[in-house]
Amino acid sequence: MKQIKTLNKANLKESAAKGGCGECQASCQSACKTSCTVANQKCENADR
Amino acid sequence: MIHKYSLNGFNIVLDTNSGAVHLFDEVPFAMLDYLQDDVPDQAPQDMLDALCRKYDRKTVEEAYDELKELYRLGQLFSPDEYEKFAGMMKDAPLKSMCLNVAHDCNLRCEYCFAAKGDFGRGRMLMPFEVGKKAIDFLIEKSEGRHNLEVDFFGGEPLMNFEVVKQIVAYARGIEKEHNKNFRFTITTNGILLTDDKIDYINKEMSNCVLSIDGRKSVNDLLRVRADGSGSYDTIVPKFQKLVASRGDKDYYARGTFTKHNLDFTEDVLHMAELGFEQISIEPVVSDEKLDYSIKEEDLPRVFEEYERLSKVIIERKKAGKDFHFFHFMIDLNQGPCAVKRLRGCSCGNEYIAVTPEGDIFPCHQFVGDDSFKMGNVLDGTFDEAIKHTFALANIYSKPECKNCWAKFYCSGGCNANNQQYEGDIHKAHKISCELEKKRLECSIMIQAALAEA
Repeated sequence: MKQIKTLNKANLKESAAKGGCGECQASCQSACKTSCTVANQKCENADR
Repeated sequence: MIHKYSLNGFNIVLDTNSGAVHLFDEVPFAMLDYLQDDVPDQAPQDMLDALCRKYDRKTVEEAYDELKELYRLGQLFSPDEYEKFAGMMKDAPLKSMCLNVAHDCNLRCEYCFAAKGDFGRGRMLMPFEVGKKAIDFLIEKSEGRHNLEVDFFGGEPLMNFEVVKQIVAYARGIEKEHNKNFRFTITTNGILLTDDKIDYINKEMSNCVLSIDGRKSVNDLLRVRADGSGSYDTIVPKFQKLVASRGDKDYYARGTFTKHNLDFTEDVLHMAELGFEQISIEPVVSDEKLDYSIKEEDLPRVFEEYERLSKVIIERKKAGKDFHFFHFMIDLNQGPCAVKRLRGCSCGNEYIAVTPEGDIFPCHQFVGDDSFKMGNVLDGTFDEAIKHTFALANIYSKPECKNCWAKFYCSGGCNANNQQYEGDIHKAHKISCELEKKRLECSIMIQAALAEA
């Protein structure tokens, strides 16, 4: 493509199919705790 | 659904439902104004007429072909296929616990959400027996989960550090027989840090959050002792020592910005100058009537500052002097799965907070609101109905989230903020949403800038 550069291809759909194991760190969406928020979380499922 | 925006010279298009991110040239970017939910085979005539007046036809036709290709690949206007997963969501095992080991604090920070340490419930330290029962409770309720987290929180957890150590030793002593792996974290204001405590924290805590607001003048305005004196001079050398001996383990120098320091980029840079490489600074969330609160009228200024900080981070990264700013960290490729993104923290369901008395709340932010008390670890009571309510809270149960482009990144926001400021865990807290969306825009722009570098 000449006029569009893709920074990141689609992967959410694929992650839904193999996801949901629940072993990842709990995220915290509040402003008071910086343990983890969702967007920068690591996935702990090696099979994904 | 897509989200398109221009920032720092980039035309960025996020395809919400696939997670694809694209950088568009001017012509295809302009075309998106004429498209709703798909890219028809036949280009809309009004679009062609308008764009061909401004650009040459070949460029316009080529751009439209590229849009069609993205659409065919499922990377533009892709359908939302996740609601069915939300419908399947149910109660999950517990996996994470916030232990409020001290409802007491040696600081009196003006903006403290915990009523300056005691959550409005009286100053109290958690006895070991309560901590022990809490660990037993977590093990019992986490069937099927291997990784368990315990966060030592307060108040100020160092005011009850011997109990922290006892709880860690107890959990470590029984984790193998239950096939569990405990990860401990701690949040501290630093006042009581000593060399021994630093060594212990660096050995046992997989993450630690160090509370500091940045510049001395900013920190000491609100992070004060009971006598009004500032904390900066005491905590900075201690935090520096902790970080210097922490190795590769995670930590965050974590600040709060208020209306008093809307130029918070300076505070982030100050923390970087102090030697902290993992930095977080978050907007205060509080009653709008308080003078330090971020109000809707402040948002344009805050957005401007986030943009400024983004540019600084790009420059520093390119110069090899980078640091991690927590709220701009985003993993576009290998982040959490879509299922996780549907309900985020899962407080009250997978995550709970326990008070010094052993009372259980959906999370640390709910502590003190007895209408959300879920039970007590001493007698083993646990209100499954409240748990169920939280288990069902997800981006499709929250009307404002369902149609928001940012839903898979914020996961419906903070249920406690929603409850406290909007009166319903399903009703999005508006200012938090606006801030989150701006941070996401900046985060993606930084990725774009660094990809081009």
